[in-house]
Amino acid sequence: MIVDFTIIAIKAFLVVFMVLNLAGILGWVERKGSALIQDRIGANRASIFGFAGMGLVNTLIADPLKFLTKEDFIPPAGDKFLHTLAPCMALFPALVTFAVIPFGDVLQWGDRLINLQVANINIGILYVFAMASLGVYGIVIGAWASNNKFSLLGGVRGSAQMISYEVAMGLSVVGILMVYGTLELQEIARGQGMLLREFLPESWGGARAAIGWLPAWGVFLQPVAFLLFFTAAVAETKRVPFDLPEGESEIVAGYHVEYSGGKFLMFFAGEFAEIVTAAGLVTTLFFGGWQVPYLLSDGFHFPWGSVLLMPHWLIVLMQVGAFTLKVLFFCWLQILLRWSVPRFRYDQVMRLGWKMLLPLALLNVLITALIIIAVE
Amino acid sequence: MTLPILFFYFIAALLVLASLVVVFKRNVVHNAIALVAALFLIAILFFTLHAPMVGVLQVLVYAGAIMVLFLFVIMFLNPTALERPRALGWGFGTVLASLLAGLLMAVMNHSETPADPLVATEIFGSPETLAKSLFTEFVLPFEIASVLLLVAIVGAVVLAKREH
Repeated sequence: MIVDFTIIAIKAFLVVFMVLNLAGILGWVERKGSALIQDRIGANRASIFGFAGMGLVNTLIADPLKFLTKEDFIPPAGDKFLHTLAPCMALFPALVTFAVIPFGDVLQWGDRLINLQVANINIGILYVFAMASLGVYGIVIGAWASNNKFSLLGGVRGSAQMISYEVAMGLSVVGILMVYGTLELQEIARGQGMLLREFLPESWGGARAAIGWLPAWGVFLQPVAFLLFFTAAVAETKRVPFDLPEGESEIVAGYHVEYSGGKFLMFFAGEFAEIVTAAGLVTTLFFGGWQVPYLLSDGFHFPWGSVLLMPHWLIVLMQVGAFTLKVLFFCWLQILLRWSVPRFRYDQVMRLGWKMLLPLALLNVLITALIIIAVE
Repeated sequence: MTLPILFFYFIAALLVLASLVVVFKRNVVHNAIALVAALFLIAILFFTLHAPMVGVLQVLVYAGAIMVLFLFVIMFLNPTALERPRALGWGFGTVLASLLAGLLMAVMNHSETPADPLVATEIFGSPETLAKSLFTEFVLPFEIASVLLLVAIVGAVVLAKREH
């Protein structure tokens, strides 16, 4: 009882710790990355005893210190309580969503089996969407409580945008649920450990020979769903090209224009935590989660027949490592996207969400259903 | 008292507090946020009864979608404070509330209280069971409800288009 509780507490702590720290480090990656893309040197001013560490000191020590020691300003005509509550509500969903994302398979420790996932509930993916739908409160309440026209505009834009893209996001995942037949994220990750040839019917001999050696990852079985989901996930993080709720050139900074100090830091950290969560979801649903291609529970089984056995701890380590690498890759991809593409106009964002992503997602569900019926 | 029961009373107390805020606060935005908190706490109660499906749908539909639209409308209209309800309103409300309370009391007195709080079984709350009964036994009401929603959507679009 006590041991079980301790294990859950350790898992929960580890996940929150990793997400928050990754969010902090992403702040540095974002600056250094933008400098790289724009051919600048980038953050390199702050130093401790002459040590600047490529700007790492800047982000990890100087930035938080500066944020936390700044004046925390609340607009006199604003709502004091809600103005304080809003950043918490913005950060909360980003942190708790990761609870259902598995970061490894089952770890055997003595005679105890530890599922490397904080909360194993049978409706994992619905939980993700429930938490994502709460994310809109942070910006709406923050916008209203600031008593500022620019923030209110940003808040209204943000809520409309997030509701629109949640619909497309939810529908794009339906194809994945149909293919793997479960709502549980751990089961979806396990399903992606198979090879594609086990998914294709006997009669498709040519296709089985050509692509049968690929792992049965979501991206190979549902490529359209991956593009739709990734687009919607980027839109949910409210970053360029979907940064209309902030819209620096039109509405100053949108919903957080009246925020400073520690509260702004919470909005800022929440945004980066959302990037990490989005990367974790894309990895789990479409890129095999913790799966390493051909690595089964006792070692590598290559499609050409050779087998390489490995100890249990090494396999678990490789799986957790693979998950981390994939998440880091998608974090980087989102930052690359933010500094490479121009932003949309507001009506373009709405048109993309409702008139392109939504019908495509519906079509994807229909075609997936037809193929599944044909195969069966 | 065991830990789950203590947890239940803690959540229930918070729930009552949030509901009182919904009724008695004079600021409409505060009321809406308190209602969101109340719905979220009810979802937690569903989770403690091992019915995560109902709990998550509670958050997804009520707290995450319907209340967002409520807030959206409130923010657009931005009413500064509620008018104080008149004496007639108070009287009517009191009578209605006491009737409801009496009814609840009667129901609770007549039903047997189980020794342990009611727990949904693994099969009962699962998405599989829900989907099966929705698409076989109750498929007609389910389809009628979806057509109703479609009609509502089309109606909203028609109303919005008329202004142009």
